[in-house]
Amino acid sequence: MINLTDLTRINDYEWEIPQTFRSDMRVPVRIIATRQLLDKVMSNNSLEQAVNAATLPGLVGRVLVMPDMHQGYGFPIGGVAATRLPDGVISPGAIGYDINCGVRLLASQIPFNAAAPLLDELATALDHFCPSGVGGKGELRMSESELDRVCREGARWALKHGLATETDLRRTEEGGCLAGADPSKVSSRAKERGRPQLGTLGAGNHFIEVDIVDQIFDPGAAREMGLELDHLVVQIHCGSRGFGHQICTDFVEDFQAAVRRYNIHLPDRELVCAPLNSREGQDYLAAMRCAANYAFANRQVLANNARKAFEQVFAGKVAHWQLNQVYDIAHNMGKIETHDIDGKQVKVCVHRKGATRAFGPGAAELPDEYREIGQPVLVPGSMGTASWVLVGTHESMARSFGSSCHGAGRVMSRAKAKKEVRGERLRKELEDDGIHIRAGSMAGLAEEAPAAYKDVDAVVETVVGAGLARKVARLRPVVVIKG
Amino acid sequence: MIETKAGYREIEHTADWELQVWAPDLPALLEQAARGMYNLAGIQFYPAPRQVHEFDIPAGDPERLLVAFLSELLWILEQDGLGFDTFILNLTGDGLHARLEGTPVAAQSKEIKAVTFHNLAVRQTADGFLVNIVFDV
Repeated sequence: MINLTDLTRINDYEWEIPQTFRSDMRVPVRIIATRQLLDKVMSNNSLEQAVNAATLPGLVGRVLVMPDMHQGYGFPIGGVAATRLPDGVISPGAIGYDINCGVRLLASQIPFNAAAPLLDELATALDHFCPSGVGGKGELRMSESELDRVCREGARWALKHGLATETDLRRTEEGGCLAGADPSKVSSRAKERGRPQLGTLGAGNHFIEVDIVDQIFDPGAAREMGLELDHLVVQIHCGSRGFGHQICTDFVEDFQAAVRRYNIHLPDRELVCAPLNSREGQDYLAAMRCAANYAFANRQVLANNARKAFEQVFAGKVAHWQLNQVYDIAHNMGKIETHDIDGKQVKVCVHRKGATRAFGPGAAELPDEYREIGQPVLVPGSMGTASWVLVGTHESMARSFGSSCHGAGRVMSRAKAKKEVRGERLRKELEDDGIHIRAGSMAGLAEEAPAAYKDVDAVVETVVGAGLARKVARLRPVVVIKG
Repeated sequence: MIETKAGYREIEHTADWELQVWAPDLPALLEQAARGMYNLAGIQFYPAPRQVHEFDIPAGDPERLLVAFLSELLWILEQDGLGFDTFILNLTGDGLHARLEGTPVAAQSKEIKAVTFHNLAVRQTADGFLVNIVFDV
């Protein structure tokens, strides 16, 4: 167990576990947290998992953990780690099973007052158009060759099928498609799981949420994103479904032998990895990119379905009911990026697991309209609490490989939440607060209760205090759809 | 407190699910892990029709065997909607041969994304075997 005395306080928002803490660490661990948020993770294994992550071969800089950090498996949720090319490693467990789990934000010009009488109908329509739940299957039926096209083209596949706009793609991380995806590196089992699930939300912590823009902190940036006070927006949180889960499962198993072949010693078998320039590393990278592209396409199809729901409910009743993309961002991904390390531009593989890319102003990867303000960073809270829209900063580029937090972060175990929260009562409380709920399972709803999460406002204040992001707008939920 | 020769219990885990499983031998450990996983997923079985399913898993260390076995059950659950309550598990030098009997699943309240290797270590105890398994959910 790691104690507070093992940590060096850098400032009000940053702490460090020095490389000397454990002999197998290759770099230090930097923790972005206030003392209050730090106290919430001292009793579990989050920091020990961060120290384990710091043993991966080929790491550069330091391992970072964001203030929404919590205990996961292998690598902590909220973790960021960069490995050098060509011989640093890539670790599937440091990216996660739900490859390219992420968030999409769509903005509307519908004022809350005009929408209020129709919100329950909207909840029903969203629930109808966006399939969710355990093992949920979508309306799209695709052949293996069609799935291969999704793997290679990502959200662009949806554009070709009339399910996206050019603006949607431009306002998606990497344009909604990672280059280098190779479907021949994906198992037939993963493809079998992926074919019926495109356009589905899934279960667990995935959701579709309608929010209203509650506060605006940066009017210029908000205007650029199409965010207006008291107007409706939509968040879609999901990933690569069984397709990504299977790809990660396949490679974590495959890499159990690879670590022996490459004489890599790790404190946890879930961290298994392979050199980026090895056959195993290249195969995983190519398969992982397929799952990433599948997830971009998945959120795009769901966005198209959310648009259908908005049209059904608001067309003819409310002017300007259309949904316009603000941004789509991944928070479980491994990407080859170039970062400034000790004054040199170095190509690295950035692993983000429960952490969001947060590129600052001027980054070439951003669409023209966001290049001056920085990349939108979407930070969903728990249902019933706020969500945030931030932008990346120059500081995030310099200090966190262009990364920030991805959400509120769990603080209560699922077992405890199940014992302490009754799903039906929670649903009534949320509805009494004016939040319309559609949930596939009351037990699942209880596990995702707001009390199970940290205070998202405190998490955001911390990344802003640390300089990794700036506030643009705060959102408040009015409709929640959970699988 | 472990009071029976074979069983499982849920352990607190912040984000995911963790099961502690114990049994007098390795095949029984696999069976208890399967039962515990079905329980965590909130699975309810139809009473009929009974179906038999067989598969093989190549030899490996106990942890790889455990992950492969449970992952296979998740695959069958998702693809065929089948769950099992009768387990005949033969472990030889070549690996595991599983002959399972069960029925279609009537309901499942939770989705399990994967069985992880996180801190996975099958330990021998005075009474048999003990393991903690973390599931990604």
